[in-house]
Amino acid sequence: MLEVKDLHVSVDGKEILKGLSLTVNAGEVHAIMGPNGAGKSTLSSVIAGKDGYEVTAGSITFEGRDVLEMEIEERARAGLLLGFQYPVEIPGVKNIYLLKAALNAQRAARGEGEIPAPEFMKLVKEKLAFMKMDPSFLQRAVNEGFSGGEKKRNEILQMLVLEPRLAMLDEIDSGLDIDALKVVAEGVNSLRSEERAVLMVTHYQRLLDYIVPDKVHVLLDGRIVKSGDKDLALELESRGYEWVQEESAA
Amino acid sequence: MATEEMERLVRREYTQGFVTDIESDTVPPGLDESVIAFISQKKGEPQWMLDWRLEAYHQWLKMKTPSWAHLDYPPIDYQAISYYSAPKKPEDRPQSLDEVDPKLLETYEKLGIPLHERAALAGVAVDAVFDSVSVTTTFKEKLAEAGVIFCSISEAIRDYPELVKQYLGSVVPQGDNYFAALNSAVFTDGSFVYVPEGVTCPMELSTYFRINAANTGQFERTLIVCDKRAQVSYLEGCTAPQRDENQLHAAVVELVALEDAYIKYSTVQNWYPGDEDGKGGIYNFVTKRADCRGDRSKVSWTQVETGSAITWKYPSCMLRGKDSVGEFYSVAVTNGRQQADTGTKMIHIGENTKSTIVSKGIAAGRSDQAYRGLVKVGPRARNARNFTQCDSLLIGDRCGAHTFPYQEIGNSTATVEHEATTSKIGEDQLFYCRQRGIAEEDAVNMIVNGFCKDVFQELPMEFAVEAEALLNVTLEGAVG
Ligand SMILES: Nc1ncnc2c1ncn2[C@@H]1O[C@H](COP(=O)(O)OP(=O)(O)OP(=O)(O)O)[C@@H](O)[C@H]1O
Ligand SMILES: [Mg+2]
Repeated sequence: MLEVKDLHVSVDGKEILKGLSLTVNAGEVHAIMGPNGAGKSTLSSVIAGKDGYEVTAGSITFEGRDVLEMEIEERARAGLLLGFQYPVEIPGVKNIYLLKAALNAQRAARGEGEIPAPEFMKLVKEKLAFMKMDPSFLQRAVNEGFSGGEKKRNEILQMLVLEPRLAMLDEIDSGLDIDALKVVAEGVNSLRSEERAVLMVTHYQRLLDYIVPDKVHVLLDGRIVKSGDKDLALELESRGYEWVQEESAA
Repeated sequence: MATEEMERLVRREYTQGFVTDIESDTVPPGLDESVIAFISQKKGEPQWMLDWRLEAYHQWLKMKTPSWAHLDYPPIDYQAISYYSAPKKPEDRPQSLDEVDPKLLETYEKLGIPLHERAALAGVAVDAVFDSVSVTTTFKEKLAEAGVIFCSISEAIRDYPELVKQYLGSVVPQGDNYFAALNSAVFTDGSFVYVPEGVTCPMELSTYFRINAANTGQFERTLIVCDKRAQVSYLEGCTAPQRDENQLHAAVVELVALEDAYIKYSTVQNWYPGDEDGKGGIYNFVTKRADCRGDRSKVSWTQVETGSAITWKYPSCMLRGKDSVGEFYSVAVTNGRQQADTGTKMIHIGENTKSTIVSKGIAAGRSDQAYRGLVKVGPRARNARNFTQCDSLLIGDRCGAHTFPYQEIGNSTATVEHEATTSKIGEDQLFYCRQRGIAEEDAVNMIVNGFCKDVFQELPMEFAVEAEALLNVTLEGAVG
C-alpha cells in the first residue's frame, strides 16, 4: 500500500532523513519509535506533502501512485490522513463545518455527491458518541481553546468520519489521560480492516498495549535501523535506544 | 442686511443667467455656480436648497484637497468632471444580457444573484426583462402603513421640506471636509428615511429597491432620522460589482438617533474593480457620521468593503446622549493593487457612553490598507467606555496592513481598551485543511471567513451569506 524507498529529505540544507525505507501493506498496523529529533514527524509530514521539505533522493508510492507528484489535497483524497502531533487552531471556523467540507471534498474526488445533511449529522453524532465527546465540540471553532487531549480526540474524530485508507498518527497518545487513551485506541482499532493500514509514531509502549502493532520500527538518525514485532517495543521500553544504536553502528 | 441683499442679487444673476440648456441631459465638465443652479433647477428644488448648496460651494472653494500618508493617487481634476447627467434612457442601455461584459456576468453567477436581478444590476433596460413595479408597490404600502418615510433625497426635499431643513447638514455640516463640501454643493441622489416616534420599521430598508429608479449617484446624499424609540435597519449597496463610469465617488451619509432610537446601518460595497487593465477603478471618498443625539440611543455601523481602487472612509459616531452606544464592525478586503484607508471615530460626549470597534482587514496581492481609528472622550463623558479590536490578516508577502489607533482622553473615569493583531494566513492552517482534502482556494476562503466571523454575524442574515460569497470571489487567485 505504502512504499517508501531510500528517502533522503533535507530541511534548510540540513539532511534529516538519510535513506529511509519502509513498506506498509493493507491490513497492517505499524509503529515507529525513536528518540526525539530522529525524524519521525518529518517522515509523516513529507508523506502528507508539507512545504519546506526537500526530497533529494528516493521515492514514495501509495497504491502504485507517485505521492511526490501529488498535491497535498490529492494525497488526502487518495486516502492518506495525517493525525497531527500539534493540531492547529482555526478561529471562527466551526469544527462541524471543517468536517463537512473535508468529507464532501473527498466524496467529490470519488465521484460521489454531497452527503445529505441528515445523513451527515447521523454519522457525526455516532462517531462523536464513540469518541465520548460532547456535541458542543461541533459548534466550537476548530481546536480553539481545546485542551491537549481534546485536540487529539478531535483528530481521531476526523479520522473516523473520513475513513482514510492509511492513517498516519503522530504521537496521538501524548497528553492523553488513561481513559482518553483507551477511547482513542478504540477509535483506531475500530478502523482496522483488511483494506486499511495504520502508521503510528509513539514514544510509549503503553499505547501499543491497546493498539497492538503488526510491526515495530526503530527510527534513528534519519533511517530505520531495526524492525521487529510487538516484542521489540517491549525491549525498547526496558533498554532504551542505545543498544540499537550500537548494534546498527556495528 | 445690505450684504445679504447683495448676495441674493448676485445669485439671481447666476440662476437666471446660466448658459446651460435646461433641456439638456448633461452639463459640460466643470463646476461653477451656474452648474449648481442647473442641478438645483433640474431637481425642481426650492430656493433655500439652492442657497444651501451655494453656501457649501463657497466653503469648498476655500478648502484644499486632503492628503494622506497611506494613499497614493494622481490628483483629481475637478473641472474635468461632469456634475450632472440624467439617467440613461432605455434605448441607450444594453437591451439584453447578451450585450453585457461576460466577465461581469460570470461574477454575478458566482455570487448567486438571481437572473432578473443580474439584468438590473448590469444596467440592462430593465422594463423589458422584468416588472419591478409590483414588488416596489407592496413594499411602499407596508411602509406607509407604519408611517415610515423612505424615498429619494430629491423627493424628500420636495415633499418633506421641514424635515430635510431640520436635519440636513446637522450631522455633517457643509464645510466639514473637502469631499463633504463638494457633495453638499452638487449631490444629485441618495436616500431619505424618517421613522416616527415609537415605530419599529417593519422591514429592512435597502437602497436596492431604488436601483432601477436611477443610476448610482456619483455624489450621493443619505439622511436617516430615527425619532424617539424608533428603530430601523438600513442596507446599503449590494454584493454585485457595480459598474460606474464615474471615477470619483464622494457620498455623505448622516444618521440622527433621538432618545432610545436604534439605527443599524449595514454596507456591503463592491464597486466594479475595472477591466483587466484595472481601468475604471473607483475612488471612494465617503463621509459617514451618526449623531446619537438622544439619551440611550444606539447606532451600529457594519461594513464589508471590497472593490474600489481607493477607499477613504471613517464611519463615525458622536455619542452625545447619556448612555448612548456606538458600534463599528468592519471587514475590508483589498487585493491586486487596491488601497484602502478606513476606520472609525467614536466621539464620547455624554455620560456613560459606550463604543465598540471591531475591524478586520484582509490584504492580498500587492494591496495596501490602513486602519485609522480615533477614540475621543470629552471632559463631560464620565464613565465612557470603549473597546477596540483590530486584526489584520495578510495573504502572501507583497501586501501591507497598518494600524493607527488614536486616543484623546479628556476624562479620567473613562475606560479604553485596544487590542491589535497582525497575522499572516497560517501556512499550518492551510496545510491542516488541505490535508483533510479541502482544495487550497476553499481552505483560504474558509480561514478568511472564520477570521471575519465577528463582523459577519452582525450583518442581517442574507447579507451575511452574500458577503461570504463576495469575499471568496474577491480573493480568487490570491494564493498559489
Ligand atoms: N523546519 C525546520 N527547520 C529546521 N530544522 C527542522 C525543521 N523541521 C525539523 N527540523 C529538525 O529535524 C529533526 C527531526 O525533527 P522531527 O520533528 O522529525 O523529529 P521527531 O522524530 O518527530 O521528534 P519528536 O520525538 O521530538 O517529535 C530535528 O532535529 C528538527 O530540529
Ligand atoms: Mg515528532
